Amino acid sequence: MTPTHEQLAWMYERMAKARYYEDTLAAIYMEGKSPKFDIGSGPVPGEMHLSAGQEPCAAGVCVHLRDDDTVTATHRPHHAAIAKGVDLNKMTAEIFGKKTGLAGGRGGHMHLLDPKVNFACSGIIAQGAGPAVGGALAAKMQGRDSVAVSYLGDGAANQGAFHEALNLAAVWKLGVIFVIEDNSWGISVPKSKSTAVKDNSVRAAAYGIPGVHVADNDTLKVFAAAGDAVKRARAGEGPSLIEIETYRYYGHFQGDPELYRPKGEVAALKAKDPIDRLAKHMVEAGAATQADLDGIRARVKAEVDAAIQYARDSAYPEPEEALEHVFA
Amino acid sequence: MQSNRVLTISRAMAEAIGQEMKRDERVFVMGEDIATYGGIFGATTGLLDEFGEERVRDTPISETGFIGAGVGAAMAGMRPIVELMFVDFYGVCMDAISNLAAKNIYFSGGNCTVPMVLMTATGGGYNDAGQHSQALHATFAHLPGMKVVAPSNAYDAKGLMISAIRDDSPVIFMFHKGLQGLAWMDWPETAAAVVPEDAYEIPFGKANVLREGKDVTIVALSMMVHRAMEAAGELAKEGVDAEVIDLRTLVPLDRETVIASVKKTGRLIVVDEDYSSYGMTAEIIASIAEEDPAMLKAPPKRIAYPDIPVPYSRPMENFALPDAQKIMAAARAMLPRVAA
Repeated sequence: MTPTHEQLAWMYERMAKARYYEDTLAAIYMEGKSPKFDIGSGPVPGEMHLSAGQEPCAAGVCVHLRDDDTVTATHRPHHAAIAKGVDLNKMTAEIFGKKTGLAGGRGGHMHLLDPKVNFACSGIIAQGAGPAVGGALAAKMQGRDSVAVSYLGDGAANQGAFHEALNLAAVWKLGVIFVIEDNSWGISVPKSKSTAVKDNSVRAAAYGIPGVHVADNDTLKVFAAAGDAVKRARAGEGPSLIEIETYRYYGHFQGDPELYRPKGEVAALKAKDPIDRLAKHMVEAGAATQADLDGIRARVKAEVDAAIQYARDSAYPEPEEALEHVFA
Repeated sequence: MQSNRVLTISRAMAEAIGQEMKRDERVFVMGEDIATYGGIFGATTGLLDEFGEERVRDTPISETGFIGAGVGAAMAGMRPIVELMFVDFYGVCMDAISNLAAKNIYFSGGNCTVPMVLMTATGGGYNDAGQHSQALHATFAHLPGMKVVAPSNAYDAKGLMISAIRDDSPVIFMFHKGLQGLAWMDWPETAAAVVPEDAYEIPFGKANVLREGKDVTIVALSMMVHRAMEAAGELAKEGVDAEVIDLRTLVPLDRETVIASVKKTGRLIVVDEDYSSYGMTAEIIASIAEEDPAMLKAPPKRIAYPDIPVPYSRPMENFALPDAQKIMAAARAMLPRVAA
């Protein structure tokens, strides 16, 4: 399956937006946190997990999705949220802890939840897998052909919840696509020390479903694998597992000293940046001119800058609002 | 050996674990990022270099598996120390904790032991929202079969950790992130303490009367001990003489020290960062009510986390967290003669 020019442009735009968004957030996150780094201070407090480098996993999958399809993301959710079409202003305001945020500042960066586009994430490893199965189950029971995508890190594939969800989805033949973003690190623990198989894609065999390994953080290969899986899911043929070799440019969290990371790893990864590679492909394939790509970059920059400004300008919630929305 | 060195809680914990590993070859540590990283909250820093990968084990992200394995290893003659990175992750492994670790001694009629320490990080105040900021002391204390420890300072942390490792029952060691003395998190300097270099035990079930007073008893543990001491210091300026009790352990619970204090002061404030309803605060007040409610000169007061998930945004989290101001307001309400 190869993308149309429109699909290429869509993916490039979402990836460029996610990258600029995260690089911008990374800088803002440090505001108010120096000279002494204090995780709770500044305009963006708490933990911050950035996904820069992992954009192909988001855009290459979500390009096949509709608003009525469900996505459950991980604690590293921004690229997926942007690809799924979560309202950028509200998402940013949420990350800033503002009243205008998706949850009025109650959830924050690890708990983005936008029912309008059926997007959710969880700060607990592998705990998006079950809800994705539920989303697909509901679609089936309601006679809809909506599908659900569950994003997981490679570390999550060792959690019980992952295996239970795969089995359940397979037994009930539900339209779930399990997407493993294999960045080869679980905080400081390398995949080689946590995972008994070289490729998590082989674990699909245990549940009798297709398992595809996508090498090299390649957007076009992700597009093809996800296209097949989504088609299969919409046709009622059941779940699939896609494992994507991807990269994490930043540490596990902002402020992570990354003493476990081999020297030069990030520089080597950046030399084969997936967004640059997609841009090169688009120009070579005649899908876009450099001017087109520059235009897209300028547009997403403006959109992200506006969202950041919206978040900065928004008011904090009243303290007592903490008591609201505990129950429906 | 005499020493005046001051340690943070995380260094005191790592020292206690290292000393016990040296003393007893059955002791080992496992958990997520506890080896190369030295523990996200520093409780195992330096242990990998000293003891190697066989006894300081990074685990996959699989809490049900490795906490269950801790139970099995403990029953098979080892003395594992297992870290659950954030207590909030208890949901994925509570069966291993409450149905295995906590019940197997009972199910054997006392014929086996489960000498396992589960250490876990608690607490908020740094805007990390509802899945990484809970205290949850009562959740563990409520289910029988495990001892529950929550130190407020480095001296207690070392002594309680050594007692925990030597205990033949499962012990949940709940340390507050904001007390660990981490470079990246603001912490009260009073959490650091002079810590003897030699190993020592602090017995479970023995509360520490940190400050003696005659007007009101303030009971707390973990981070809230520091809030209580701060409030007591301020109240003293207003002529209120507060007694502050650090419970140190929830199971076993030192009811006697609390009762003796309230008999003296006639007033009780209980402070907890855990949720308000069905929690530690209610348990302490119930202890007084069952003993003799007539010892109270004023209705008791609980200052705890409201029954809401921990909010992310700073003004909302600050609103919800117990602090010295709330404790002082409660004390003033009980002692109207000194109200401002």
